[in-house]
Amino acid sequence: MTAGFDPRYVKRDFASIGTRPLRPDGIDKVTGRARYGADFNMAGQLVGRVLRSPHAHARIRSIDTSKAEQLAGVKAVITAADLPDLTDGDAAMYDILDNCMARGKALYDGHAVAAVAAVDARTAKQALKLIAVEYEILPHVTDVDEAMMASAPVINDGVFTDGVEPKPAKPSNVAKRSQFGHGDVDAGFGQAEVIVERSFRTEQTHQGYIEPHACVASVSADGMADLWVCTQGHFVYRQHCAQLLGLEASKLRVTSSEIGGGFGGKTHVWAEPVALALSRKAGRPVKLVMTRDEVFRASGPTSATSIDVRIGARRDGTITAAEATLRYSGGAYSGAWAELGAMTAFACYGLENVRTVGFDVLVNRPKCAAYRAPSAPMAAFAVESVVDELAGRIGMNAVDFRIRNAAREGTRSSYGPVYGPIGIGPTLEAVKMHPQMQAPLKKNQGRGMACGFWFNFGGQTCSDLNIGMDGSVSLAVGTVDVGGSRASLSLVAAEELGIDYSQVRAVVADTSSLGYNDMTDGSRGTFSSSMATISAARNAIRIMRERAAQMWDIPVDEVGWEMGHAVALGEKNGNLGRLSLKEIAAASGKTGGPIAGHSELVADGAGVSFATHICDVEVDPETGATRVLRYAVVQDAGKAVHPTYVEGQYQGGAAQGIGWALNEEYIYGRDGRLQNAGFLDYRIPVCSDLPMIDTQILEIPNPNHPYGVRGVGETSIVPPLAAIANAVSNAVGVRMTHIPMSPPRILAALEAERAG
Amino acid sequence: MAGLAVSTTINGDSVEYLCQPDETLLDVLRDRLGLTGAKEGCGTGDCGACSIILDGRLVCSCLVLGAEAEGRRVETIEGMADGDVLHPLQQKFIEHAALQCGICTPGFLIAAKDLLARNPDPTEEEIRFGLAGNLCRCTGYDKIVRAVQDAASVMRAA
Ligand code: FES
Ligand code: FES
Repeated sequence: MTAGFDPRYVKRDFASIGTRPLRPDGIDKVTGRARYGADFNMAGQLVGRVLRSPHAHARIRSIDTSKAEQLAGVKAVITAADLPDLTDGDAAMYDILDNCMARGKALYDGHAVAAVAAVDARTAKQALKLIAVEYEILPHVTDVDEAMMASAPVINDGVFTDGVEPKPAKPSNVAKRSQFGHGDVDAGFGQAEVIVERSFRTEQTHQGYIEPHACVASVSADGMADLWVCTQGHFVYRQHCAQLLGLEASKLRVTSSEIGGGFGGKTHVWAEPVALALSRKAGRPVKLVMTRDEVFRASGPTSATSIDVRIGARRDGTITAAEATLRYSGGAYSGAWAELGAMTAFACYGLENVRTVGFDVLVNRPKCAAYRAPSAPMAAFAVESVVDELAGRIGMNAVDFRIRNAAREGTRSSYGPVYGPIGIGPTLEAVKMHPQMQAPLKKNQGRGMACGFWFNFGGQTCSDLNIGMDGSVSLAVGTVDVGGSRASLSLVAAEELGIDYSQVRAVVADTSSLGYNDMTDGSRGTFSSSMATISAARNAIRIMRERAAQMWDIPVDEVGWEMGHAVALGEKNGNLGRLSLKEIAAASGKTGGPIAGHSELVADGAGVSFATHICDVEVDPETGATRVLRYAVVQDAGKAVHPTYVEGQYQGGAAQGIGWALNEEYIYGRDGRLQNAGFLDYRIPVCSDLPMIDTQILEIPNPNHPYGVRGVGETSIVPPLAAIANAVSNAVGVRMTHIPMSPPRILAALEAERAG
Repeated sequence: MAGLAVSTTINGDSVEYLCQPDETLLDVLRDRLGLTGAKEGCGTGDCGACSIILDGRLVCSCLVLGAEAEGRRVETIEGMADGDVLHPLQQKFIEHAALQCGICTPGFLIAAKDLLARNPDPTEEEIRFGLAGNLCRCTGYDKIVRAVQDAASVMRAA
């Protein structure tokens, strides 16, 4: 933390925060001028292409690249041999390396096995066809439950279940077991008068950003390297790429392009080390852009899950015990996905006796990446479904039952920490009063609601704030702008300095221009960069007060700062008046040189956030098709810096959740190949699938941020799966336990019910 | 392979280029002419990010060959504003925050312009179905629909 910076919340009246100015990158984005990953080119640039395994699990006996190398126009061909292992025992980095380019075994359909750089796309494509790979096909497993069976093929011989005592003697696909909770769960169930127990499944989905991964890499003979890339974290990409390629981090400059969506999917390197390796070998810049097919087969997806939940309550509506077993697929590599599910599952409630157990499971599918509040939506789906059913069995209204059991300030959360001021209760009270709760429902229509939680992250952050000679302000931040954060951070700088929003221009600085910043993930972008911006602005104000003191020839402690002006304090200085930021900036050449404020800090205390959603649906009993009629999001933002973009986060998360709940899923054939690697067959919601999405922003200040800000980006995807499942279950009178609730699945559930 | 010589009109200017017979118009615009406003989200006609108007018709430029533009009129996002003056749709997209990441925005603007040219006073449902060929993963479409409604009323009043 920057010395002397106090991050605690102080109540105040805001001038800029909470207003809705136009975003600074708006014109570039509506005119086509904004440059995304694939919109950048370098002189002499080659086109890169990746050859991918068509098999779910196969030993690579040999790769013959000689024919491809001989093709005119081909400048480099690489395999894993061109990416030697420099990970030095770091298992997580080794997995990243192996995922970038298969080493000995292809672990999923789409796993990269070789890559080429050629003068144009046509030549590169032709070259891929000339690479001969000899595979020995191995048995595979793509289903999370099957992968846990003793009979399943073991994907990685080096994986022995972590978190169990004693350490298992045999390797298995269960990478890790994690457990959370407190109290005496068995005794709690003993006190229960009603117990509901169910098993659930959710299928694998993709973040579905519209911009495929794209980068341009350039490695020079002297070891200087540049990478232009669409990423959520260019500083992290630099570290990973530098380590994997044996480059010096400071010689690799990574510039983040405008980013066409990420949602967690652009937090991991895939193609970037490959592009750098191609460039190094060819001695020329290489542009590597994934096709949509590659995006689906080799990047991103979230876990598929299988979850059992059991909750018991007394007839007065008090939950006495709750437990869940959660199994998450992580793709062909270890992850901590089940752990996050196990932590978040019961986070909305104040429970005396609670236990969750998570299993991270390897399957022959692409390496999972974070997807907006990773792992929480599936856990919430299972828990909130059982909570709804339990309320019904007791004869209590679903909202009242949740209010009765909701966590509050001082509650010990199911994953450990004790909560400060939180918003779950207020979101539930707001939902109770929401007009949608009164809207009449017709035949085949149903209403559902559900709650969701996300931790929110903080982390390492720095910002530079430079005051120009003309009094305009440039703000350089290191967190990527994924959804309007430059506007929000400009507002923060304006607020703190006491100037107008229009005087500030915020840019995302490259890795050579600013200190290290963590990824823009965990909803940390605005939370942590606003904190760094406030700190940087306060440092600049301190300097400006010193300069004003010098100009007035009085001690600095007699100079205050108000509304963009230095003010001379005390009666004896009464005749001095005020000096504007502009006047101080204009004189800076004579008072000590340029004025800037810097800040490097670890943003702690990202306040947890809660949301409650309401969904009304209509289900066609003939076709099984579900239509979302009305949808409302109520969520705590702590303090909404730019409310329009907060609403946008709420709506976007809800829409992704609707797609996940009703349609989206990875479909694998018996051969272990992905059958729907395109937007035609992997159908994300389109405009005509959705209604308007109502939003309500609650503001329960985060005590650990000067303005009370909490992260807002992720929580909105947590409740939809459950809210929609509850709505559909209420509409059709059958409990839905398998996501997505696609028409065939709904018809099958209705059929099973009829058959008894 | 020998290139094909193509003469066409793009955003009102006559343009000539050489392209391969199998090269898409999207690739020609982006890679040969530097018009990177149209985006490739899928390359298979499923996302609408590459939308352009060809002889007054909305098309996915990833499904059109560069050679097919011969003698025709192409309109892209780069020609939508009149110099400094934004088209009402562009203005309203910014005002309503109808974009988050913005990668889908050029395609939506072109599709919305085409929609309003055919139907100046669309209902919400007509807007939703009219723009159903364009994918947006960030916004949930709410603010996009509102921006189009607002732009339509501004354009009708003009
Ligand atoms: S790129 Fe043309 S429709 Fe997606
Ligand atoms: S704004 Fe990101 S895809 Fe539409």
